Amino acid sequence: MALGQAQINGDLASALAAIASAANLDVMKQIRIDYVGDKSPLAKANQLLASLEQAQRAEFGKLIGAARAEINQAFEKKNIELSAARDSQALLTEKVDVTLPGRRNLKGGLHPLTILTNEINDLFIGLGYKVAEGPELESEWLNFDALNIPADHPARTMQDTFFVEPLDAKLVLRTHTSPVQIRTMLDEKPPIYVICPGKTYRSDALDATHTPVFHQVEGLVIDENITLADLKGTLDFFAKSIFGENVKTRLRPSFFPFTEPSAEVDVFFNDRWIEWGGCGMVNEKVLVGCGIDTKKFSGFAFGMGLERTLMVKHGITDMHDIVEGDVRFTQSFGVGKK
Amino acid sequence: MKVPLSWLREYVKLPPKITPDQIGQAFINVGFEVEAIDLQGESLKGPILVGKVISIEELPENKKPIRYVELDLGSKQNRYVICGARNFKVNDLVVVALPGAVLPGNFVISARQTYGKLSDGMICSAKELGISDEHAGIIVLPQGRIGSDATELLSISDVIFDIAINPDRGYAMSIRGLARELAGSLRCKFTDPADSKSSPKLKVVKNSKVVSVKIEDKTGADQIYIRTIEKVNVKNSTPIWMQRRIEKCGMRSISLAVDITNYVMLELGQPLHAFDADMVMGGLRVTRAGKFNRLTTLDKVDRKLEADNLLICDAKSPLALAGTMGGFASEVTSTTKRIALEAAHFDPISVAKNSRSHKLSSEASRRIERNTDPMMAEVASARAVNLLIDLAGAKYVGSSVAGVPIKKRKLKISISKVSQFIGYSYSIKQVRESLSLIGCKVSGGGDAITVEIPTWRPDLHTMADFAEEIARLNGYQVIPSRLPIGKTGGGLSNMQQRKRQVAQLLANQGFSEVINSPFVSQEMVDLLGFTGDRAKSFRIANPISAEAPLLRTHLLPGLLTTLGRNVSRGIKDLAIFEIGSVFRNTTTLPKVVMPETSRRPSAKSIDSIYAAVPKQMVFIGAVVAGETLLSNWQGKGVGFIWSDAVAKAIEIVESTGNEYEVISSDLAPWHPGRCAEIRVAGKPIAHAGELHPRVISELDLPEQTCAFAVILSELPIAQTTKAPAIWNQPATVQDVALVVKSNVTAAEVEKALRSGAGNLLESILLFDRYDQIGEGKVSLAFTLSFRAADRTLTADEVAQYRDGAIAAATRSCGATLRS
Repeated sequence: MALGQAQINGDLASALAAIASAANLDVMKQIRIDYVGDKSPLAKANQLLASLEQAQRAEFGKLIGAARAEINQAFEKKNIELSAARDSQALLTEKVDVTLPGRRNLKGGLHPLTILTNEINDLFIGLGYKVAEGPELESEWLNFDALNIPADHPARTMQDTFFVEPLDAKLVLRTHTSPVQIRTMLDEKPPIYVICPGKTYRSDALDATHTPVFHQVEGLVIDENITLADLKGTLDFFAKSIFGENVKTRLRPSFFPFTEPSAEVDVFFNDRWIEWGGCGMVNEKVLVGCGIDTKKFSGFAFGMGLERTLMVKHGITDMHDIVEGDVRFTQSFGVGKK
Repeated sequence: MKVPLSWLREYVKLPPKITPDQIGQAFINVGFEVEAIDLQGESLKGPILVGKVISIEELPENKKPIRYVELDLGSKQNRYVICGARNFKVNDLVVVALPGAVLPGNFVISARQTYGKLSDGMICSAKELGISDEHAGIIVLPQGRIGSDATELLSISDVIFDIAINPDRGYAMSIRGLARELAGSLRCKFTDPADSKSSPKLKVVKNSKVVSVKIEDKTGADQIYIRTIEKVNVKNSTPIWMQRRIEKCGMRSISLAVDITNYVMLELGQPLHAFDADMVMGGLRVTRAGKFNRLTTLDKVDRKLEADNLLICDAKSPLALAGTMGGFASEVTSTTKRIALEAAHFDPISVAKNSRSHKLSSEASRRIERNTDPMMAEVASARAVNLLIDLAGAKYVGSSVAGVPIKKRKLKISISKVSQFIGYSYSIKQVRESLSLIGCKVSGGGDAITVEIPTWRPDLHTMADFAEEIARLNGYQVIPSRLPIGKTGGGLSNMQQRKRQVAQLLANQGFSEVINSPFVSQEMVDLLGFTGDRAKSFRIANPISAEAPLLRTHLLPGLLTTLGRNVSRGIKDLAIFEIGSVFRNTTTLPKVVMPETSRRPSAKSIDSIYAAVPKQMVFIGAVVAGETLLSNWQGKGVGFIWSDAVAKAIEIVESTGNEYEVISSDLAPWHPGRCAEIRVAGKPIAHAGELHPRVISELDLPEQTCAFAVILSELPIAQTTKAPAIWNQPATVQDVALVVKSNVTAAEVEKALRSGAGNLLESILLFDRYDQIGEGKVSLAFTLSFRAADRTLTADEVAQYRDGAIAAATRSCGATLRS
């Protein structure tokens, strides 16, 4: 067999043509034997190099090497292409309907009152408040007397109270979370910044808008130079955080025994004014009764019903949904939807 | 209180074009909540005329008696109408709506054929005219011109404001008080109806016997007026204008004498009472009940008196529950000739007690409880006498007075202090104007002003009280908005964090949070088999439902009720949980102290107050029925069984960073063989498992309903977590299958294995339990995993540890290797 440039080029061309026209990996196996392996024409030509003279050997060696490298490269490229095509063909047969519903755990959720309470707590913690809590079965003195609601004051009958036997134990189911404010003022020295969420009780029968067991959140601030303007600013911030940036608030003069001046706070939400809660400057009598120096300190307090807040915010029309514990209600709020 | 605009207009010079809504807003702006605005007569269209009944033909052949009535309406021909009411007779004056008239509810009147007659109009009731709920019969007018416009006669067209009066504003429970507030809010001219010029001076016509009065109990009243009137024509009817005003204020017209006392009370806020003077033995006295123990009041209720009830008595017996309700024996009747008219400034607290001890809240007591104007006893009684003279032809005989009215008070306030308190700088002009609007007289022109407080404002005492008046009359909207930031640092307490964390833990695992009623029935307590501390409930003295008077001692009653409700609504798979307080009457509470509130109680008193409130533990509880991994097209889901309940309870305990042990328990209402008790530091902290089948069947719950409850508040607060060393040498595992008696618990075996395995034991897992080997034995198979910090453990070394573990299990549990 003679070595010649034309011969090498011819071998190269026929190898590349075979690779280019290969339709599958089986053909590629034969191509490997015919054009790439030890029995391929160029491999054989390479063996002949030893018989050549020094100068020719170098020249033809280069030519053969370059041709073989080109063939190898083309072969590998084609091989990868054909393997990928085969694989993707195989995966296509494994295609599934991904819309089939997967296994689900039972859906859980936090009660929206809990979600709201957490949200409010976080909001006020951000303003440097502490969260204060207290007992639901509470001393009559803390629930009424200390809040400037003496035994024979008509305000004491404003709130229909559950009394607990024996009556001389003077225990009531707290009618508001305000006794927590008193406990805080008795236990701590000003400045005081607390938010008091919790369960409260009044002897109203359950209907679409009332429940004997409900939840309130109250805020109390006692510090130097606290004014009604501070109360307004705090309520504005609170309302915007709960109902959205566009909500408006207004204060309407009102009466509570434990605040003076007192006001109702309304929010303008979904195109109407809604009564949201009560507030005012803490009555001097209450501060004095807790031993707070009223020459140095003043304070404000506010309180809202959480059920009412929830009903307004989420468009709940029937109190029964909040209290009945139907899992469909809780589940719709998930584990922390706003 | 309901007030008609027509009456307010008498004392407030309102702008002519002001709308009812603007007036309502004016009340709201100064702190009076308007609960309703009733536009009376708005949807009414005439002709509605005064007619006289000429003849009545009874049509008896119908189901209910029907009358065919001939009416004179001032035209040539009489008109005939059908009428179902029976409270009228021939010659009565009635209100007739003629065809073409439209009554409220868009009720168009037309001539129509009915009961075989032509009914050419309708005789109206008050309800049909939309002026009251009274529909017992048709309106019979005391007077009126035949054929005249009845809507005008009845002054139907009016606006009624229903206004909520706060307890500190007793003065506003009157036309006088509300007119002043409205005038103040709108800055309109106000005329005080109590001014002497609007009430002519009383003239004593003859000096005969005057009923005397004395105040024996000085705390009960400051002053009392008794005015004696003779020759009263009590049978005169109340003029329509007065009847209508009384009705518009939400009261009923009763009789002339009573109507006059009510009318004056509505106008001036001063309750009055008329006694039949001939029923008074000797003079009248303001006194406590003492030994008197019975009084029959006007409502014919025979009442048992309490010794400190404040009464009006004569020489012999109690005549009235002071300021609350008159007595039946001395009431004005159709035969009364002489009247003793009482007006007093009673002590609000005494009257509040009267009212409360007899559960009797009257128009009078509601006003007196909120305090009345001490100057009004004289003025209002004089006004009533004048009306009795005018309308009942009475002769005034004279009056007796006991006590003196409270003097006017004065107070110095600093404008700058008020401004500082509110956070807005009020000018002296603003302060003067707003205080004069509420009837104060202001003197002094600098920062410190002297305010003379009007007698009808006993609520004004401190700088803050005046700050409120100044702020409300200048509008809360002018006050700026400023956000103060706490200086103490915030954050949740450990317990608050714990509640949040365990709620989130369960919610993330498919549990739905519920908030249940804490009111429980004895029946439920018995059904659940609660004993010991859980049977010691507090009882509510005034429960909403007599069936559920107890406070919960555990969360399960509420959870099971709610579970049942969900199941009855067709929900098969559900897991619910609640976090809440429970109430157990387990400790003897110390004697209650009720210290005075004018200063801080002593430290000892505060401790006693706190100690008298029973401790209330916080629980987390859950009940589960059905599947928690839901069935779907891939296959059946996974049900929640007793061991899942135990695992969940353990997860909660673990999440608080506490160590625990599990033992078996037979606590009700769990299945006695399928209940685990979880202990922390030796104390029972949680119970979990399957419910007792009897409880499940009695409450109609799904089979194998499971429950768990953990006392969150009794779990110790864990120390800061110390990070473990993480060793990265390979672990070596060894499986061990042991046979033990079936009454030996897995926990006991595991504990023994742990104790014998040495300190290179990393974890232990029960991977198989086989109970079919007989002889009352079970096989338990564990995987023990060992790891060293510094080397790969050799097979020999690990075998040694494993043998140590087995030996320990053999020693303490009688375990043998399964062959």
